[in-house]
Amino acid sequence: MDIFIQQLVNGLVLGSIYALVALGYTMVYGILGLINFAHGDLVMVGALSGLALLKGALGAGLPLPIALGLAALGAVCLCGALGVLMERIAYRPLRRAPKLAPLITAIGVSILIEYGAAMIWSKQYLALPPVIQSTTWQVAGAAVTDLQVSIVLLALVLMAGLLWLIRATPLGVAMRATEQNAEVAGLMGIDTHRVIAITFLIGSALAALAGIMVLLYYGVAHYFMGFMLGLKAFTAAVLGGIGSVPGAMLGGLLLGLIESLASGYVGDLTGGVFGSNYRDVFAFIVLIVVLVLRPVGLLGTASGERA
Amino acid sequence: MRLLSAGGRGVSSWSQPAARRMRFARTVLVVLGLALLPFVLDALAGRAWVRIADVALIYAMLAIGLNLVVGFAGLLDLGYVAFFAVGAYAYGLLASPHFGVHVSFLVLLPLGAIAAALFGVLLGSPTLKLRGDYLAIVTLGFGEIIRIFLNNLNQPVNITNGPQGVTLIDPLSLAGFSFGKSHTVLGVTVAPVHAYFYLLVALVALSILVARRLQLSRIGRAWAAIREDETAARAMGIDTRNLKLLAFGLGASFGGVAGGLFAAVQGFVSPESFTLQESIMILCMVVLGGMGHVAGVVLGAIVLTALPEALRVVGPLQKAAFGHVWIDPADLRMMLFGLALVVMMRWRPAGMWPSPGLRSSAASGPAAAAAAVPLPGEAPQSLAPRARGGPDGAA
Repeated sequence: MDIFIQQLVNGLVLGSIYALVALGYTMVYGILGLINFAHGDLVMVGALSGLALLKGALGAGLPLPIALGLAALGAVCLCGALGVLMERIAYRPLRRAPKLAPLITAIGVSILIEYGAAMIWSKQYLALPPVIQSTTWQVAGAAVTDLQVSIVLLALVLMAGLLWLIRATPLGVAMRATEQNAEVAGLMGIDTHRVIAITFLIGSALAALAGIMVLLYYGVAHYFMGFMLGLKAFTAAVLGGIGSVPGAMLGGLLLGLIESLASGYVGDLTGGVFGSNYRDVFAFIVLIVVLVLRPVGLLGTASGERA
Repeated sequence: MRLLSAGGRGVSSWSQPAARRMRFARTVLVVLGLALLPFVLDALAGRAWVRIADVALIYAMLAIGLNLVVGFAGLLDLGYVAFFAVGAYAYGLLASPHFGVHVSFLVLLPLGAIAAALFGVLLGSPTLKLRGDYLAIVTLGFGEIIRIFLNNLNQPVNITNGPQGVTLIDPLSLAGFSFGKSHTVLGVTVAPVHAYFYLLVALVALSILVARRLQLSRIGRAWAAIREDETAARAMGIDTRNLKLLAFGLGASFGGVAGGLFAAVQGFVSPESFTLQESIMILCMVVLGGMGHVAGVVLGAIVLTALPEALRVVGPLQKAAFGHVWIDPADLRMMLFGLALVVMMRWRPAGMWPSPGLRSSAASGPAAAAAAVPLPGEAPQSLAPRARGGPDGAA
């Protein structure tokens, strides 16, 4: 029972991070129909730049909360700029290109960002200096740190804010209109290019914050860390129904829970034949099962499907 | 060649023999060129480049196979490397000291093809209902699952030898001629890389032939119909289910054969060689070369294999220019590779050598075809309304 609750807590933290990243995938897919392969790498840029800024700020003698805030702000600005830049340079010229062209471009952009980061920050695993002193509480037999609680809370606040932005503001209306039909939205006076750029900006900012969370939670950052994380987050977005914002949140949380429960229990259930090294397999198997039973994902709508 | 009959029919159409002679001369030139190529490469660029040429030919087979699935049938497969892995491991496990079994490649290559085709159908059957990007992510997951299993199936029973991989795999050998040793033929020393080159060239030529015949056959035309509009294809009486399975199975069997050859040439297989990046690389070869165009994807495979190797010179160049290597050449060459992808898609989204006559719709779903400006005198190929902003008609 203790293990169950512990894995639940771990899964929730992991799931919040997945959800934040999945939002970026799902928003861009909703509007452009594009799998932005480079999105996971923005998480990596967020983590690595955040780490560099944090070290710099601490070195300058700033207190930890201010240094952390500055690092997060810097990472968000950098990733936001990078996201907008990549949309402007790489994706916008391809609006009417054949379907696979933007996907290949996205793969190219991803390679560029990864190796650009490798040049700047080296290919080593960079460790976070031990500045975060987290307090551990015992809740129902499981160890919960204040860092875990703050990650989940911050993720929830960000997701609630995003939902409010999309549902209740003029910008949100413009985003939804662009998603439904970009041409007609344009005719109604919406600057769709601007809306798309803002979508990239929001997604990238969320990715940067997710990167900071990963950095604080796991304590290391690496130039290739965005790849698997992005893959999982994309899986989460598809699981929830790609194009659906609440779907990405649900999919992210579910995937996190499934992964941590599976890796916690599979060894016992199979008598040690399969261990936690099969963790990624379970994430993908669940995805395949969901898609076979409900191909549009959990919260997706069937509007895009024909026949 | 039909040189003799060509001479006898010269009256009715006098240009035919000339054209045929031209074609014959061209064939002879191509065969001669390919026969000399490994030795020319050896002399001019070194033994390493012969090896690179071998690798490029294996990639060409993979690209031809993936092109069946992605280019002909329009099914986006991001886990193609799994079939490559199945073929490679089938060969590696049954022709190495790992199990102490040494089966001939004449059995193992077809076996690899069949095993990979079975896996292709296995992957295809639950995913038939899915379209576009969903299919992409499921195939991607499938590829990762295969790799993770290869990586971990060393316990409780050691099947794949885990991350260490299978070593000391037998080289190909046929009727006493071993591809793993050097031979001297008419005073010319033929090293293993040379012998493999000729074998691979022959097999790639066979693959091209099979793929071309498939494309022009009833099956190929049905695939094109499914690619352009699946609903309409089904309405025309095409059995979309079986044809999509066939595309998966046939495409996978090319991967299986290529995998067996890879294991034999390399002498060693490990899960490292079958990552998602590899799948992506093969997809890039197909797309950059010209999706749906067999010659184009072969070109794509050759260029994308040679380009990163050629870009190795950036290290020494920096040293010459600045007296110091500022940027790790491996990183810089990956960056240039990424840049090449972006630039290519910006200026030539249909690939380096697009298939003639297929234009924009060849590489896209029906919605993108409708969005593209129709050529003069050519009706738009789909009247599907663009439901949303993006080219998501195939979603």
